[in-house]
Amino acid sequence: MGCGMGKSEVRLKKCERVTNSVPAIRAALLIQRWYRQYVARLEMRRRCTWNIFQSIEYAGEQDQIKLYNFFDFLMHHFTPASSERSLISHIFRVNEICRDAEWEKYFCYESIEVPDSYTGPRLTFPMTFCGVSKVVQAFKHKQQLHARYVLQLLRETWRLLRILTNISHVSTCHTKEITICGDLHGHLEDLLLIFYKNGLPSSEKPYVFNGDFVDRGKNSLEILLILFGFLLVYPNDVHLNRGNHEDHIVNLRYGFTKEVLGKYRVHGKKILNLLQKIFSWLPLATVIDHKVLIVHGGISATTDLNAIARVDRHKYVSALRPPKPTHYAADGCKTQAMGSNHREASGPAEGRRRVCSLTHHSSPPAQRSDLPRRSLHNLPMGSLLSWSVEEELKRRRRLAGFDQSYGELQRSDTESGATAETDEHEWKQIVDVLWSDPMPQNGCIPNEVRGGGCYWGPDVTEEVLGRHNLQLLIRSHECKQDGYEFCHNRRVLTIFSASNYYEMGSNRGAYIRMGPDLVPHFIQYQASQACRELTLRQSVGWTERSALRALREQLFVHKSDLISAFQEFDPNNTGKISLSHWASATESVLKLGLPWRVLRPQLVSSTQYGIVDYQMWIRELSITEPKLQISDTSILETMYKNHSNLETIFRVIDTDHSGSISFEEFRQTWRLLCSHLKTEISDEAIADLAHSIDFNKDGSIDINEFMEAFRLVDLSAHA
Amino acid sequence: MCTRRSERLSTRSTTRPTAPWTSGELVRRQAAQEIGTIIYSLGCFPSQKDLHDFIAKVEEDHTGYIHLDKFLPAMTKVLQEHKFPPISEDLLLQAFEALDKEKKDYLDPEELTKYMTQEGEPFTQEEMEEMLTALADHRNQIHYKDVVSQMTIKPDK
Repeated sequence: MGCGMGKSEVRLKKCERVTNSVPAIRAALLIQRWYRQYVARLEMRRRCTWNIFQSIEYAGEQDQIKLYNFFDFLMHHFTPASSERSLISHIFRVNEICRDAEWEKYFCYESIEVPDSYTGPRLTFPMTFCGVSKVVQAFKHKQQLHARYVLQLLRETWRLLRILTNISHVSTCHTKEITICGDLHGHLEDLLLIFYKNGLPSSEKPYVFNGDFVDRGKNSLEILLILFGFLLVYPNDVHLNRGNHEDHIVNLRYGFTKEVLGKYRVHGKKILNLLQKIFSWLPLATVIDHKVLIVHGGISATTDLNAIARVDRHKYVSALRPPKPTHYAADGCKTQAMGSNHREASGPAEGRRRVCSLTHHSSPPAQRSDLPRRSLHNLPMGSLLSWSVEEELKRRRRLAGFDQSYGELQRSDTESGATAETDEHEWKQIVDVLWSDPMPQNGCIPNEVRGGGCYWGPDVTEEVLGRHNLQLLIRSHECKQDGYEFCHNRRVLTIFSASNYYEMGSNRGAYIRMGPDLVPHFIQYQASQACRELTLRQSVGWTERSALRALREQLFVHKSDLISAFQEFDPNNTGKISLSHWASATESVLKLGLPWRVLRPQLVSSTQYGIVDYQMWIRELSITEPKLQISDTSILETMYKNHSNLETIFRVIDTDHSGSISFEEFRQTWRLLCSHLKTEISDEAIADLAHSIDFNKDGSIDINEFMEAFRLVDLSAHA
Repeated sequence: MCTRRSERLSTRSTTRPTAPWTSGELVRRQAAQEIGTIIYSLGCFPSQKDLHDFIAKVEEDHTGYIHLDKFLPAMTKVLQEHKFPPISEDLLLQAFEALDKEKKDYLDPEELTKYMTQEGEPFTQEEMEEMLTALADHRNQIHYKDVVSQMTIKPDK
């Protein structure tokens, strides 16, 4: 060990000269050993923290999809007249304006006057470099673009996107280097930092932006407007790929809808509707030199770029929505039939099309309570009979009461069988490309964690890349500590451009520069000056505290379930259980896949000899005091646990995007939520709640106020 | 790609798929790092040599893989025998004092760098930079008495 046998002459001399003593050498060794241990422990904490954030994030996505599937279920199992259905039906309504001329009119920005007092940029079209630079500058100085210009810009963008193909083909000839950016998620400061370090987009400086421009951060709209602006000026050199967050249904939950309505009170709704359409027109992939594929999520074993190139991508307004079979009505206008073929999407992709293997029980349609909850992948449970697609279609139309609606129904029955199958296959192609994640082992399995897309392995990478004669897959979709990460023998590269995504100091962002040699070079950054100066220990500590807070919130909202789970290990009601029982019970309730034993010292203070006093622990977890006095406190826990779901439902119900809903709608919201959760809450309790939160006593409930009242405040943070 | 902590053996459908290490030279080094992280986190303080010896014992014949069923008993033994015991505060303090020739109660970054990168099991440049960022105060001095008391771990209760 240390300076001694086998070291060079020079080394020995150094030893003698520098330390001149064995104690000093030993001291150095000791300090090195100690420090490495310290760093390793920090690393462990950092990874735990990361896991916490990521699990909670993905659990939220899964939650969203479950909620969405619940809506979908309602749509297909209730008569049109039912009140529940009518509350939510509009999010399923196909965008009625199918003709271009009508869309053009809808944009009608000409009538919007821009007052003299407006100090923001005044744009002229066609968009110029000068114009978009003005927009960038304005946003840098926190100005807002006038609604008129927003609408105008969106109209031009829509017109352009419509003529783009599903897959953008880019070439690096003329020794152009291409810049590729990953998720931005509304982090304007990161985009500005990229432009600062790398230069603005131009014909000399082409860019690819790989989706997820919106949600979570607070400048999603600004980012969109900047990217669209550059797209308009340099349509051959700026390429946008659709991400899973370019989806109006996801936006309801993750903040973009709220942001737009907050910034544009009068025109927000129109802007959102237009963006809904625009998102569906975003290209799905970019290919560089026929060698490098760039998509937002990833691939699956069945990914077929030729199939993707052929789809009508704008049919998929939301990637969460399984397609409705298309057929041609009498007037020649393509419409989509109501009563979609089914929800049971293709399951694990082993090349097999699952559409034909719908399972069904021979008894009458399952009661609401019998139907198991599913992700977008429906693994058949106890398959008994298999019905043909046509019969399933007929059954659902009957249920939905649409038998008389379409004259072509009889004729199209046999046809729609085939189109239904194709639509399913198409749909899967799109979902896989937007939602999938890589995994270390071989194979391709449904991505149950997110609820959409697949987990695909290195063998699938090789096969799909090989089949298309590609050499590299660049994707985003997952936050990475260093802003980028290789996997699958460096054949898959994840690039993520939103720094400090989970928390200040949680991660760096990065972008790629790539020349004709197609070798990626990385530039990393962190948007905040403050966190660049933090030591590893400080940034780990900060992020960790934040993660633990989030985790404690999750534990708190599952209090009742946790106690039940603990009690199963405590038949004699001693109030105490072993650490390992504590860990497995907690995991069974929260299902986050976290290393509870490792986290235990930071979550549970009260342990002795490996025993947890769980009653005391639950009491200690007390996170918040409700800001309101209501008589039925059991409603509170449901409220906290389903915070995001409630907000999503509210926003769905608030059809005019006014930000408030009536008492009746509020009641309906709760009823919907209760159906989804299969719990019961009395009408009285709901009425009580409604009255206590009608802060201004005008008979309507402001969504934001309501959500604020129930925001979890971690009291223990100050401990 | 997530790597799992040794304790997590289950593969629930709702959690991410787990990872065996991939093979290759590069990964053998990575495996060593990962194992080191695990061992350190369990409260042990092996030297680099100790780590290499341990890994050599549990590694699957040059494949770069380390299987849980070999790792667990070996690790348990290490813990039971207290093979790589923690370094006490006093000892650590003495170590720093041994390097502080002029007895000024702090070290200059240059002094520390000299020892850490030239003696014992030398640090890489990256490790050294991180250590300096972590330990040096605003006067660019390493006041080791403060550092030691802040950063030593109390044994887990």
